[in-house]
This record gives sequence, C-alpha cells and structure tokens, in this order.
Amino acid sequence: MTERIGVYVCHCGTNIAGTVDVVDVANWAAEKLKHQGVVIAREYKFMCSSLGQELIEKDIKELGLTRVVVAACSPHLHEKTFRTAAKNAGLNPYLVELASIREQVSWVHSNKTIGTAKSKAVVSGAVSRVIENAALEEIKVPINPNTLVVGGGIAGIQSALEIANAGFHVYLVEREPSIGGHMSQFDKTFPTLDCSACILTPRMVEAGTHPNITLLTWSEVTNVAGYVGNFHVTIKKKARFVNEELCTGCGICQEKCPKKVIDDVYEAGLGYRKAVYTPFAQAVPNFPVMDKENCTYFIKGTCKACEKFCPTNAIDFTQQDQLINVDVGNIILATGYDLFDARRVSSYGYGRLPNVFTSIEFERLSNAAGPTSGNIVLRDGKTTPKSVGIIHCVGSRDKNFNNYCSVICCMQGLKFAHLVHERTGATVYNFYIDMRTAYKAYDEFYQRVLEEGTLFVRGKVAEVTKAARKESEKGKLIIQVEDTLAGKQRRIPVDMVILSSGLQPRADSKEVGKMFGISCSMDGWFTERHPKLDPVATMTEGVFIVGCAQGPKDIPSSVAQGAAAAARVLDKILQKEVMLEPIKASINKETCSGCRICNGLCPFNAIAYIEDDKISDINPALCQGCGTCVAACPAGAISGTGFSDAQIMAQIDGLLLRNLITA
Amino acid sequence: MNPKPKFAMYWAASCGGCEIAVLNTHEKILDVDANFDIVFWPVAMDAKYKDVEAMEDDSILLTLFNGGIRNDENERLAKLLRRKSKILVAFGSCACEGCIPGLANLSPVGDIVYTAFNTITTDNPNEIYPRTTVDVPEGELHIPTLSKVVRPLEQVVDVDYFMPGCPPESHQIAAVIDLVIDVIKGKAELPPKGSVIAVGNSTVCDECPRTRNVKMIKEFKRIQDIAPADPTLCILEQGVPCNGPATRSGCNARCPQVGAQCIGCYGPAEGVIDYGARLITAFASVIDANTPKEIEHILDGIPDPTGQVYRFNLAGSLMKATKSAWEKA
Repeated sequence: MTERIGVYVCHCGTNIAGTVDVVDVANWAAEKLKHQGVVIAREYKFMCSSLGQELIEKDIKELGLTRVVVAACSPHLHEKTFRTAAKNAGLNPYLVELASIREQVSWVHSNKTIGTAKSKAVVSGAVSRVIENAALEEIKVPINPNTLVVGGGIAGIQSALEIANAGFHVYLVEREPSIGGHMSQFDKTFPTLDCSACILTPRMVEAGTHPNITLLTWSEVTNVAGYVGNFHVTIKKKARFVNEELCTGCGICQEKCPKKVIDDVYEAGLGYRKAVYTPFAQAVPNFPVMDKENCTYFIKGTCKACEKFCPTNAIDFTQQDQLINVDVGNIILATGYDLFDARRVSSYGYGRLPNVFTSIEFERLSNAAGPTSGNIVLRDGKTTPKSVGIIHCVGSRDKNFNNYCSVICCMQGLKFAHLVHERTGATVYNFYIDMRTAYKAYDEFYQRVLEEGTLFVRGKVAEVTKAARKESEKGKLIIQVEDTLAGKQRRIPVDMVILSSGLQPRADSKEVGKMFGISCSMDGWFTERHPKLDPVATMTEGVFIVGCAQGPKDIPSSVAQGAAAAARVLDKILQKEVMLEPIKASINKETCSGCRICNGLCPFNAIAYIEDDKISDINPALCQGCGTCVAACPAGAISGTGFSDAQIMAQIDGLLLRNLITA
Repeated sequence: MNPKPKFAMYWAASCGGCEIAVLNTHEKILDVDANFDIVFWPVAMDAKYKDVEAMEDDSILLTLFNGGIRNDENERLAKLLRRKSKILVAFGSCACEGCIPGLANLSPVGDIVYTAFNTITTDNPNEIYPRTTVDVPEGELHIPTLSKVVRPLEQVVDVDYFMPGCPPESHQIAAVIDLVIDVIKGKAELPPKGSVIAVGNSTVCDECPRTRNVKMIKEFKRIQDIAPADPTLCILEQGVPCNGPATRSGCNARCPQVGAQCIGCYGPAEGVIDYGARLITAFASVIDANTPKEIEHILDGIPDPTGQVYRFNLAGSLMKATKSAWEKA
C-alpha cells in the first residue's frame, strides 16, 4: 500500500527560518518526495502552536494522511505534542516522525544554503523512515505509591514532607548519621539572618517522626532497577553498632566514650567528637553511630565503656551492614553538593597559613553551638581579629577551577561581613569580581552591609601571603589585589582571611547518576529534562532532581524545587498508572545462538539466559527499550520496536538522498 | 534424450581454494559430470571466452562464480556469465563479500601497486610499474585494468544465490549439487531467489559446543598467548576475540572445535547488516572497564581492528571501502 504522507516544516519564528529556507524545503519535499507518498508539504511559523497542530489534524482527516513528518525541533521537545495531535485526528501517534532541523541544522549552521540543503536531507530521511514505522500501542502499568528521597538536606526534607503530608509513604535515605545537610552547619541564613537551626530543626523533627516517612540514615542506595512506577531499590544500612529499637538517645555513651576524634565533617575540623557520636545536639534521629575506625574496642579489643554505661543495653558490637529492598514508584535525588576544596587555590594559602579560613569553618566559628560558642577568633582559639578580608569566587568563575558561578558565595560573603562586624567590630574588606545579589531582599542586604562600613574592593585577589614588605605588614596576612575601580595594585594587611568557597558537584555524582539512569552536565551537576520548563524532572521518567544536585542554589530555591518535585511525584501517584512508550526489544528465537553477549548489559535486568534452550530472552515487562542489547547483539537477533533495521536503513538511504528518482 | 544441462564455474579475484573445495567433493564430482555438460571451467579445462560469448543467453543452467571483481576482465566475465546463465551463484566468500582481497579497499589502488613493486623485498631498480598496455614486436598487448575497489559479485550483477565460506565446506557443495540435480529431475524446488544456500540461519555459537557464561573481558589476547587454553570454555570469554557470535552457522564451528577462534569466513549471520559494526559493538559491550584509559588499554589488545572484524567482509560491508580508496583512482 502506498502511504499518504504529510510533511510540515516549522519556521520556529526565526530559530529555523533564519538559517533554513523553509519554503524551499517544503516545496522540495512536495515535489521530490512525491513518489514516496508525500501528498502535502506545508510550512508554518510555529507548528507547535494550536493553529499549527490544527493544520496537521485537519490534513490527517481531510487528506487521509497515513504518515506525518514534522520538520521542527528535537523530538525531546515536541514529539509528544505532534503525536498527541495525530492521535486526536485518529492517526496512530507512532506514525508521526520528527525531523530535527533546529537542533541538528539551524542551530549548528550559519550558512543558509547549507542549512537548507541539510534540512532537505533530514526531511528526506524522516520520510523514508516513517514509511517503515509501525502503529504501536502504549502500555499501561500501575504506579507504586511509595517514593524514595535520596538525601536528607533541606531540599530532600521538603520533598519528603510534602509527599508524606499528602498521605503517601516516603523512604528518606541519608548517607550521614543525621538528616539536616549543610544547612544544619550554618549559624545564620541570608538575607534575613534567621538562625539556621531554628528554622531547620522543626522540619527535621517533623520528618523524623512523620508516620509516612521511613527514615534511613547512615544508609546508602546501592542498586536501582526497574522503571517509573516500579523501581526496585536496594539500600545499604550501615552498621551503627547501636540498636535503634532500644536506644533512647540519652547521650550517656557519648559522654562516657574515652576516645576523642577530630570532627572534620560536621565541625569542619575545628572541633572534636567522640568515637560514638551524634554529629550535633539536634540530630535526627538522635541515635548515635559508632565510628569503627576510631573506636578503642574495635582497635584494641577492650574498652566497651559505652556498653557498660548504656542504661538500655542498646550498644551492639556485633551489628552488621544490612541490605534493605524497597519498591517505589518515583525517586527524588536531593544529594546536594561538595564544598570546593580551597587548598586547590594554593596562592590563597589555605592549609598553609593558619589564619586563612574556609566558609564552612567560619560558619562553625560563628555558630553559637560551634566549637568556639560563636566567638570569632583566630586559629589560636583566643585572639579576636581586628581586620578581616573576605575573598569571593574562590574556585568559581575561574577557568583554572570551575567556570560557573556558585550563586551563593556573594551573599555568603556579605553575611560573613555582617557577622564579623557585629561580633568583633573588626574592619572588614570584601574582595569581589562582580557583586551578585539578584533575588528578593538580597540587594537590600548588600546595601545594609555597605552602610555598616564594610569596605569593598572590586578585583580578583592574586594572593594571600605572610611575606611582609614593610613594618605595618609584619605578623599580618597581606592580600595582594588589583583594585579595578581605583585602577591600581593594593596590598591590604589583615588578621584573618575567609575564603567564600564555591559549590561543586558531589565527588561521586557521575556514579550516582549512572545508578539512577540520569546524566550529568560537563561540570557534573545532574541534568534536568529542560533547563527552563522542566527543571526538576530528568530524561528518566520517575527520577527527579532537586536542590544543589541540579546546580548551585540557595536555600529558598532548594526548598522550592523540593516542593516542586513533590508535586510532580504526587501527580504521578494520583494518576495511579503510567503510560509507557511501547518501545521494547525482543529476541528472535531462531537467530539467537545464546552467545550471551547481551546478558550482562541490560540496565533493567530484563535479559535472562534460558539454560534449556541455550538462548537468551527479554522480559517485556522489565524492558525499557533503551536499545543497548539491540546494538550489542552480534547476530542481529535482537530488534527494537520503533528502531527496526528497516527503519534505520531507510532513514540512512533518505539522508543520503538515495530515495530520489534520478533522471 | 534431451541434452544435459550446462554447468560453468569461473574464478575472478580469488585464490583458487573454492575450486579445490569443489574437487574435494570427491566422487560427487562424477555426478556433476554425469548430470551436466561442463561448458566452461578455466581451472579444470581449456575454454575460450569467445566460446562463452557464442552461447545463447540463459543457456547455462548453473554457474558457480567465485572471486570478487577486482579488474575489468572480472567485471566483463561476471556480466557475460550473468547473461548466459539461468542460475548464477556467488560461490565462496570472495564472490559473496570480497573476502581477503577486499581488504585492499582500505587503500587507493595506486598505493597498492606502489607498495607491491616498491617494498624493500622487491628488486625493482628501474622503478618499473605494470602498465595495462605494452607494445611488443608482435603488436600491442593488454592486461586487465585494476578497478578502484574490490566489489562482491552482487555489486556488479544480479545474483540468484549466495554460498559463503572460505571456501564453502565440501559437503555443502555436494548438497547443492544434489539439490540442483533433484530440481532438474523435478524432485525438488529451488529456494527463493536471493537465498543464502546450504548453510545455517544462526551463528557459529549455535554449533559451538563450548560453555558460555556472562562475559566480562579484562584483556584481549591472541590465541597462542592463552596457555593453557580451556578447551571447554567459550573462546571469547578467555579473552580471544572470536568472530563466532556474528558469523553465519554452517561450518559446524570447525575452528572453535579444534581450539582456534572463529575468524568469520562464513560471513554475516542472517539479520546482520554490517558484520564489522556488529562485532565491534559486541566486543565493546563485554569489555569490563570503568575508565577511558582502561578501555583503551583493553582495546589495544586488538592491534588490527579492521582485519579482525572485516577480514572477509570489508568489500561487502555498508562502507565498502575507505574514502581515499573511493576517491583516488
């Protein structure tokens, strides 16, 4: 049967029409691809608009189109739009093919002749391919109403609470002994200077006691299988050596433990904890964990002071790591960030010059619950600085480290300036490249800090040194900087330097991304489905990203994303079932020889080897149609619906214009 | 009595192994003689091209054509025999997919000639290169002109059946002869045109008795470097790149049975469009590595990837030849 094909070429405003002669492309398709069944070819300003869609729907009905090719943007963007339009007009949505002449043509070319010629080839490929397309039916699967939230910082807590409050169960998994994340380490939050703990801990407690939240701290996700609606997750619950059923969180074990350990996680190396500890007083849950590497009993075989004094016999030295399997329908990743390691900017002297502090160290210094009870003092623990230099953009906006802006460092630097002023009366200098205070009430805070008398120097600091050149510099840290407003080099001696370090993706973000089936940007942040219109979803259905895992952001934005992802998850849960694309792989039993090359490849564990028949088989319920096995099968015995060899070969022929009738 | 149907066999760019494989059918060759009138078989009997040209079109019932198309003489004979034959069989790997001579498609033909006549083992002080015409006292002599690339028979003329193998197994040749004889006698029907005949539909693995597991390859090695090789375990799993998984069955896994990896002479399995691409993705899929450096190290274990995965199939692959071979005369 000869197909009746409609070709629709989109201008996308000037996005496509600027580099491609769309009228020429449409006319060409109507004439040169007529023999393949093209009965109509139109161009329109915005095909995705309702008028554009109506145009297609009308043609399907009136001209009896059996196939549709839309030459427009990437299928990522509007494949669904045009498939829905086709469906509305009574055509199977899988008989629609998108030819990407925006991302793959107009945006990557500047020459209109080339752009037009290439667009014709791409359209020709899509026409040849669509002839081979098969009508497919979507598959309905039920959605498991449980949700996994990975990461118990403020963003993850927000997601978990929103979903739990709506009446659905959440597994909240946190790697550290307590939820709370970075926010629990801060003293004040900009720009309102609320006490961080005061606004965070009620949320932590709510999450810890919520009947719909299963809190798994000191735990990590080790494996994820399945797909939207039906994920199977394995979580490793690390041995705490404390029986959570019996522990009351009284703290006697911590008090009696004779082993002091420098706390370089929560206290950033400025304070001590015990070998059995909760990271901070308001920890949720308040059960301590045993640090096996430092516990005297684990090292020497004797001590057990904690066990002797525990009033409820909760200490259990025999505890083992546990693997917990949970089934969930959706996953929210709130895995946060790592702080840029200021040691890498060696010219700023962190780690070498004692009175150079990182931002997180300063947070702990200024925190009333911190190691100095909120006294801002030098590394000697007693001297109050008389002058302080705060350096912005440490590790950010710097080709040697990270190109991106870490978003929070300007406001963080201003907050530090205010706190130093308020608590010490010291002279404060802020060294900035550009001041970025673009958010509600942020610039007002900048004005306030200016009025408080903080001195601002616009310029990137070259180095921090203790090599004095004159008497007044002796015993000081000298900040060498080009003051770009004054147009001269300056040397500013101070007692204390604070490095406003940037944010970095988690060191293991790539592995974590791989485990959850999502990708990372070049920098390592998780990639959202659409940078503007879909910032919390990912290309993997049912996996969402919130907070700094997606990119640097402040607390309000993290909370907003946490809530946004929760809304997306609730939307999915309430739909009760999800439509899956009918793109599946299948194995031809006749041509499979059971070489087993595909066996270890399936990310969804859908392939099994049938020992009796000596061939491999795919479980269609588990197959996600990713195509890995289709590509790998050396015998060509595996094919994927929607991506058959016939479709792909036809598309190649079309792209190479082999389908044209030559005179 | 009707005259016996006519039989022809021709060799183009090939080594002659296919002819020997036919003779290796032993007494079966007598059946050929009993049932056919052998009209043209340069390797076995004297014949002139003009005798073939003089035959009526379609007058030869069965022609087994081995060898790829390397020069204009090959091409002329391919077209001639096509015209004169009812059934034209691309016989053996060269005719089916180019085989070893097809690897020449990696280089422009000029480079090939230059290399052949100018390596240090060649004594050619006067830099004499072959010419297609030369004047001698008796007149002008011609030798065939090399074409830019080697082409399998199908790329030059319409082919009825394909019989892969380097060379095809003798028992399969015998089976084909029997079949055609049965067809002549009205006892059997010919398979659909375009079929790959006398061989299997799956891959060498299907006929290979070795045990197969999920594969995780840390290092590729040559067969002589795995000692002692496990005689019961899949050769690929032992780190030797074995082409069996993509190669058509029918040889009864001859090489793996005796401890050598399959090199792929039976060509792509049914459903395989590009043999080399299939093998590369298959090998890449079972590499057990986490870093680009590790991957590179493992792949270094295959020093000649093209020779490994396209040894028999380059001319018949999707790419057919390198760009430089296509473009330079």
